[in-house]
Formats: sequence, C-alpha cells, structure tokens
Amino acid sequence: MVAFLIRRTFGMIIVLLAVSFVTYLIFFKIPGGDVAGRIAGKQATPQNIADIRQKLGLDENVLVQWWSMMRELLSGSLVSYYDQTNVVQQIKEGMPETFSLCIGAGIIWLGFGVLVGTISAVTAGGTSDRAITALALIGISLPVAWLGLLLRYFFAGEGGAVSWFPDGGYVPLVDNPWQWFYHLLLPWFTLAILFIGFYGRVLRSNILDTINEDFVRTAKAKGLSSRRILVKHTLRASLIPIVTLFGLDFAAVLGGGAIITETVYSIHGVGYYAAASIHQQDLPPLMGVTLYGATFIVVFSTLVDVAYAYLDPRIRLT
Amino acid sequence: MAERLLEVNDLNVSFATEDGIVRAVDGISFELERGKVLGIVGESGSGKSVTAMTLMGLTRGVNARFEGEVLYKGTDLLNVSDRDMQNFRGNELGMIFQDPMTSLNPVYRIGEQIVESIQAHEHVDKRTARRRTVELLRQVGIPNPESRVDNFPHEFSGGMRQRTMIAMALSCNPSILIADEPTTALDVTIQAQIVELINRLKDEFDSAVIFITHDLGVIADIADEIIVMYAGRVVERGSKRDVFYDPQMPYTWGLLGSIPRLDRPRPERLHTIEGAPPSLINPPEGCKFRPRCPHAFEKCREEPGLENRVGTPGHLDRCWLDVDFKLDHRDETIIGGSVEAA
Repeated sequence: MVAFLIRRTFGMIIVLLAVSFVTYLIFFKIPGGDVAGRIAGKQATPQNIADIRQKLGLDENVLVQWWSMMRELLSGSLVSYYDQTNVVQQIKEGMPETFSLCIGAGIIWLGFGVLVGTISAVTAGGTSDRAITALALIGISLPVAWLGLLLRYFFAGEGGAVSWFPDGGYVPLVDNPWQWFYHLLLPWFTLAILFIGFYGRVLRSNILDTINEDFVRTAKAKGLSSRRILVKHTLRASLIPIVTLFGLDFAAVLGGGAIITETVYSIHGVGYYAAASIHQQDLPPLMGVTLYGATFIVVFSTLVDVAYAYLDPRIRLT
Repeated sequence: MAERLLEVNDLNVSFATEDGIVRAVDGISFELERGKVLGIVGESGSGKSVTAMTLMGLTRGVNARFEGEVLYKGTDLLNVSDRDMQNFRGNELGMIFQDPMTSLNPVYRIGEQIVESIQAHEHVDKRTARRRTVELLRQVGIPNPESRVDNFPHEFSGGMRQRTMIAMALSCNPSILIADEPTTALDVTIQAQIVELINRLKDEFDSAVIFITHDLGVIADIADEIIVMYAGRVVERGSKRDVFYDPQMPYTWGLLGSIPRLDRPRPERLHTIEGAPPSLINPPEGCKFRPRCPHAFEKCREEPGLENRVGTPGHLDRCWLDVDFKLDHRDETIIGGSVEAA
C-alpha cells in the first residue's frame, strides 16, 4: 500500500507536468496565440511588441518559458496578462462556490442515480422501468446550457413564470446556510440531471448482469429475503463500476468542469473563471485552472483504485 | 420404515419462451426417505437440474408453469408463497451447485457467508453462528478452520470451495441436501472425495440426498435409487442394482457404455450416443429417444408408458423392446464391440 502510493505520487507529478507543458504549447499554436501582439493593441509599433515580448519572457526558449511560468504558478505569484490579478488567489476564491455546487450535485446525482437504476432493474420490462428509461434518455440528451436557462426562465427570479427560486448568484454557507441552499438548489439539479440519467442506465444493466450470477442464486438458495439478496449481494457487486464513474466525474466537475452550470447561474467558481480566461485568451489563468483540474483527476483516479481494492478483495494494489 | 421426506407426483415444469413452450420436465414422480440417496442422471437438457431447482422454488418466474405436487413432509411446495418458501430454502432443503468457483460471493469472507445462512433461519448471535461455522468447516474437512473462516473465496481451491458450499448447505441441518452436479467442475481426484464427503455427512446430519449428475460412475457407490431422465421424462427408474446390472432402456446402456472402466477389457473407443437431445419445444412423437436409438422399430412411434416390464418390483422403464432381446443386445453397447477381439 505505501509502495503503491509512493509510486502513484511520482506518476501523478509526471502527468501533471506533461499536462501543463502540452497546455502551454497548444496555447501558442491556436489562432490569435500571439499574446504580445494583442496586448500591444492595434496601433502598436514592432518595437512595442518586441518590448512586451521581452517583458513576458516570450523571446526565450519554449522550455525555459514554460518552466518560469510554472515556477511563478507554484510559488503563487503568477498574475494574469490582462488585469494583473493573482491566478492562485482567483482560484482560491472560486473554490468555495465550485465545491458548494459540485458536492451538492454529486450527492444528488449519486443518490438519485442509484435509486433510479435500482428501481429500473427490479421492475425490468415493466411500466416503471420503461418510464424511467424514457426519462433517463431525455435527461442524458438535454444540453445543460439549455436546461439551465429553461429552469431559470420558468422557476427563477422576478421574470420567471413562478418565482420559486432566486435568479442565480451565490450566498456563502457561513453567511446564511438557508440562502446558500436556496440559491444552489436549481444549479444542483441542473448539473445532476445528466449524471442521474447516465448512472441510472449503467447501474440498471450492471444489476441485470449480476442477478444472473451464480452467487446470487446461492444467496437465494440459502433462504435469504429478496431485499437482503438485492442489497447485500446484487447491489454490492453492481455498484463497484459506479465507483469509478463517480470518482472521475466528480473530480472533473470539482476541477472546474462545471463551466456551463456556473456560467448560467452566475456562480463565480473555478469553472466560471476558466470560461472567462478562455474568452480572453489569458494564458496564466488557463495554466492555473488546467493544472488545478488535472490535479483533481489524478488524485481521484488514485482514490478510485484504493476504493476498488477495498470493495473487491480479489484486487491487490501493486 | 424410514420417514418419507419428499413425494413428487407427476411434476410438470414448462417455460414460455419466444420460440414456444419448453416442456422442461414432463411428468416426473419419485419418493425420498430419510437416509437415502436418490441419483438423477441424464444429459444436459434432460430436465434434471430444472427438477432440482423446482424443488427449491428457484425456477419460479413469470414464464414458468408448474403442475403436479411436490410434497415435503406433507406440504405442497408448489403452492407455498414466495415469502414462505424462504423458510424452506436453506433450512429444510439445502442445495449445492455445479461451479464452486462462481457460486460463492467473491466480496465476502467464507465465514460471513455461512453465518449469513445460519442467521437467516435461526435467532442466534453472531458469535454462536461463527462458532458453528468453524465447526461446520471442520466437518467438511477444511484444515485450520479457525483461521480459514476469515479467508475470501479466491483464497480457496475449487475443492475447498465446494466443501464450503456443502458446509453452507448443511448449516441449518436441512432434511434434504440437493447436489446439482457437485463434482462436474472439479478435478477427478477431488470428485471422489466430495462424493464420499456428501455420503458421510448425510449420515452425520441424518438427511437424505438428491444427487444429480450426467455421470453414472459418480453415483455408483452411493445411490440407493436411480432415475434416468431423457428429454424431460423419466425413462428408467430402479434400484442402483437394477440400473447398473439389469438396465432396460437403450439410453441407459449408452450412459453405462460411456463410462471408462478399468475392470473390463478396454474397448477400441468409448461408446458415444449419436446425435443430440431433442428439442423440448417440438419433441419427437412416440419414444423421445427413438431418433437416436439403434434398436428403434415401428412400435416406438407410440409413446411407451413408464411401467414395470422386467419383473423386479420397482424397476420401471419406457421401452417397447422385448426383455429377452435386450438381454442379448445390451452388452454390445455397454461393454463395446471389442469384447470378441480382446
């Protein structure tokens, strides 16, 4: 276990360095990647541009450029090209909002996904199964931006058809827990619906596969109640693949992946920050957000492996 | 006379499928007394496993239809509700399955799985159940049961897993142990140990055994009575002695001929029964074995009843052939054509 974690930590560092370097390279290859030209403005002389280029260190070798930006980022002194705000500071400010959104949505989508998938599998072929399947497919197909706007249009703010919810925004949990919850309810469901549909479908097919396993027949032959067979034997085995899905999906949204939901509901989290930086083609924040997101992915994929070994004793961590 | 535990009367099991109605079991009857071993023999698809699973209520489902009676100590198990059936499964009837590698849940410890079985039927605390589990594992021959009880199934060999399955099936002292091809997936050397174990535990637990196999050789030592099934029907039924030494049905001859034997001159090659078992949706008319039977004649287009034809009481068969004709011809199949050559 200790050897496994040490090895994985090394692996994670290498992956993160590679991710940041590739991001850096891509940035200068995309159209409009000439940062100095854009900062200098339309009336700039070649001398202006060259000065800016030198100031930003863009006349150096690309490896040297990348490494100096990484050093600034890791020391917390990296600033935006445009408004000179501190990148690490901005990400830290966005984290409470992103975490509030994602942890709530994660609980909702995992809970409802398991519930919906189980009901669907238990009633397979019946009316509830068909209804759930139809709803799940609709949920998977709904574009998040459209769904978010629609929910806002009908349920939120003074212009809404019914004004049940506030129209976007965020109230910190420590300021007012009720307002925090109240403001996040719509964003939570908006983000969760896609995952609920998807997890429900995956779990349904896992359960239906597991039901035909010999050990489930053994459990039945022992005279266990059908409820106990479902929960202790069938569901337990069927949930193992869901753990992988959840680990990686949850890491992705925590890492700033809920860009659309955060934007639609004006939640100024990491995803919102990422969207703004992409819009401005602002490299330092993009590097910061990318590295931040990649860190969640690699850490959670390690956590998933550890959870796997715990859930299935046949697996050894090596 | 020993206590009669089970009486099956004209049991029919059929399943509705997309292709039609599959008559998996078509009129099987037998009785089982405490302390006895009943062998049910037949090829894949002969209905032997469906019979066993039906006794346990494991074939119930929206597409299954049952007729006849399965009287366990006077209660018709076919009419027991699903909920009440839980009290019979594991408690009154224990079952072990063909593949011990997949029959245990891989994520729970051996001990947990047996304790779960005990606690499903008896109100005992975990410590008592665990102590009994260790004792059961010792009885089925698991070495160091005190530490092995905390192993996971993947840490056990196939033979040990089947011993575990037997311990689990016997954990609540069932009156009947149903063994569905318990040795098929095991090494030959382990097979004999498992058969011997089942036979010994039957006496220790004072229960009866239904032993299902496709291999007559496996039950040669332990069966008291043998039922030979073909295409969902009983084609021959009698004491072990009747079936092994005076078989009346050419299908039984084929099964006997396909057992490798060391006590007889070696035939050129082991007997095979040509062809495949018939469709259970559209079975052939008359004798179901007719299309594969080397001795079939005109009369076989009529279905033979399961009757006593040979004189020994209790020995029933479904074959129109003349008893003396059979006496002259069956050794060709059972012993093989190389007898003269040898």
